[in-house]
Amino acid sequence: MRYVEEFRDPKAAKGVLGAIARVAGDIGATAQDSVRIMEICGGHTHAIFRYGLDRLVHEGIDFIHGPGCPVCVLPMSRVDECVEIAQRPGVIFTTFGDAMRVPGSQKSLGQAKADGADIRMVYSPLDALDLARRNPAREVVFFGLGFETTTPSTALTLQQAHRDGVGNFSVFCNHITVPPPIKALLDDPHMRLDGFVGPGHVSMVIGIHPYDFIARDYGKPIVVAGFEPLDLLQSVLMVLNQIRDGRAQVENQYARVVPEHGNPLSLAAMADVYEVRPSFEWRGLGEIDASGLRIRDAYRAWDAEEKFGIGYAVGRAPVREPDGCECGAVMTGRIKPTACPQFGRGCTPDTALGALMVSSEGACAAYWTYGGARATEAAQ
Amino acid sequence: MTVASRPSPSRLRGGRVTLAHGGGGRAMRVLIDELFTSVFKPDSAEDQARLMTPALQQPGARLALTTDGYVVTPVEFPGGDIGKIAVCGTINDLAVGGAVPLWLSASFIIEEGCDIALLRRLVASMAREADAAGVSIVTGDTKVVEKGSCDTVFITTSGVGVIAPGDDLRAEHIRPGDVAIVNGMLGDHGATILAARGDLALSAPLQSDCRSLGHLMQAVLTACPGLRAARDATRGGLASALNEMAMAAGVSVELDESALPIRPEVRGMCEILGLDPLYLANEGALVLFVPQAEADAALAAMRSVPAGQGAAVVGRAAARGTVPVTMRSAFGGTRIVDMLVGEQLPRIC
Repeated sequence: MRYVEEFRDPKAAKGVLGAIARVAGDIGATAQDSVRIMEICGGHTHAIFRYGLDRLVHEGIDFIHGPGCPVCVLPMSRVDECVEIAQRPGVIFTTFGDAMRVPGSQKSLGQAKADGADIRMVYSPLDALDLARRNPAREVVFFGLGFETTTPSTALTLQQAHRDGVGNFSVFCNHITVPPPIKALLDDPHMRLDGFVGPGHVSMVIGIHPYDFIARDYGKPIVVAGFEPLDLLQSVLMVLNQIRDGRAQVENQYARVVPEHGNPLSLAAMADVYEVRPSFEWRGLGEIDASGLRIRDAYRAWDAEEKFGIGYAVGRAPVREPDGCECGAVMTGRIKPTACPQFGRGCTPDTALGALMVSSEGACAAYWTYGGARATEAAQ
Repeated sequence: MTVASRPSPSRLRGGRVTLAHGGGGRAMRVLIDELFTSVFKPDSAEDQARLMTPALQQPGARLALTTDGYVVTPVEFPGGDIGKIAVCGTINDLAVGGAVPLWLSASFIIEEGCDIALLRRLVASMAREADAAGVSIVTGDTKVVEKGSCDTVFITTSGVGVIAPGDDLRAEHIRPGDVAIVNGMLGDHGATILAARGDLALSAPLQSDCRSLGHLMQAVLTACPGLRAARDATRGGLASALNEMAMAAGVSVELDESALPIRPEVRGMCEILGLDPLYLANEGALVLFVPQAEADAALAAMRSVPAGQGAAVVGRAAARGTVPVTMRSAFGGTRIVDMLVGEQLPRIC
């Protein structure tokens, strides 16, 4: 646990919190007229609540929770398509554990499993490929899901399947990219954001330059951050310093992990296997241009959408969200989870309407898990 | 002992259990004789155990009865196996209620094809653990089911113990100001099982904490007349046990994160997988509440037995607040420690 404890040091935190309070005071931030900082990544949202950072920072700082939880932004229609593939005869459907409880319009993958579909939890796409090798008579499908953090591992797996000619393996590709939804949010005239805390693990792959447009075109500061409490506090301070100084730049607080230009091997594997889709559906955001990845023609034989004639391969209709479900507004930071009329009433982790309440990185789950009854009371 | 066990060579043919071993005929008799009765040595060959102990004859003494089914994959893991858990788990369910555990039943559901050598190891492990805890396995049952109908072997044990007159441990007795104490490291079992399943490609020098807590509870009962209640923190971990106790008592419990005994290896594994050690299963950990004035006596009593070497105060009860359990982080923030929903699932990234 070395290299972790240092970033949880209460004494150092006190110092940074003091500095945040001073700069917040300098720029006139108050509870009524707050500085609105969006943490894009769901991992950051959870760290903020796990360590109670929202209550430790100066009252003039408002954390707005962004669309960076890959499970949460998955539209119901895609979950339905997963269930449909999983229920085909002969299929072994493999998924990360996180996605098991996400509700579809009829059922979640967990419920489909109970109904008899062969759905298995894996920790890596390579485990799914091994499963295909060991079950040559079955068709093994991996639920490829996530931002640039998980995309390289799926790409490498597809390269292996291609090289070794594993024909009974395919990937249902739902990989998405971070920058397009940020641009969509910045183009929304109803959104007021003063700065961003940028995702750490995604940036480890793509580097920091894909965010240049945020500073250059929209004049907003962004600081790529690590996941420990001191990382986050220092990043907030760096955003505030930029605001005070009238700067808008891409800065890298997480330089111990994030190289400026990303990871060239990962980027090469991604470019070899994937191309950008014309558009992809996001839960709560709708179709966003050039925001998702699809499998290139060279790897078409391993594309589950092609193999099963499903999803974007055949044209698809979006599924309407359940009535009163405000996942979209929460995900885009327009409202806090507690402002959703269903929070803690129709929607709890036991009776989730949306993925935000079940994913380990969902903002609603964070409010519920670490704020629980208190957050519910605040909502009432 | 009326059912004599034959000396070797073994009459069990082949190395695996077949459906014939559950058929009620000669093959089943041989399996039961060789595998079970020759090791557990019950007093009677009748269909029921007949029980008496002087402790029961004291006015005010009560019987305690509990039952639990055990399923775990893999069935053998560092620090234990399903047999050891089946004995310790049921002993611990009796012990945390203040009972002296005395007798167990053991019922086996065995999958066709199960390795007989494995069964021998599990039975030996059960006998060893029961002997060490002063408990007898007095009756049992065996069923064999078709391949695929169960996973290697499932074991159900029931336990009977005696509660001494006057002892009445229950969560409702916890009062604001009481101190919460655990007996040792948390999360070892859950982390060991995760690593032992082998699909994480993580290796850690971890061992399950699987152990009996009967002697430890008796030591605390002797040293602390004011002992309020105890629970073993099995499935759902310390967080779930504390939530149940706090709700039953109508108090809130505040944990001190920096006081929680958790190994760096377990914390590291949790960091990687996005799991919370407070929810990891334990098989030899308990939490108990004593009045503040008896905290030192409880700690000393616990540390006097092997299962309590790592005893530590981890929190305290307060008047009922908005939620049952909160934790003050080493970082200075406070967070809610809720009941677990479903099971903990590893995160994507």
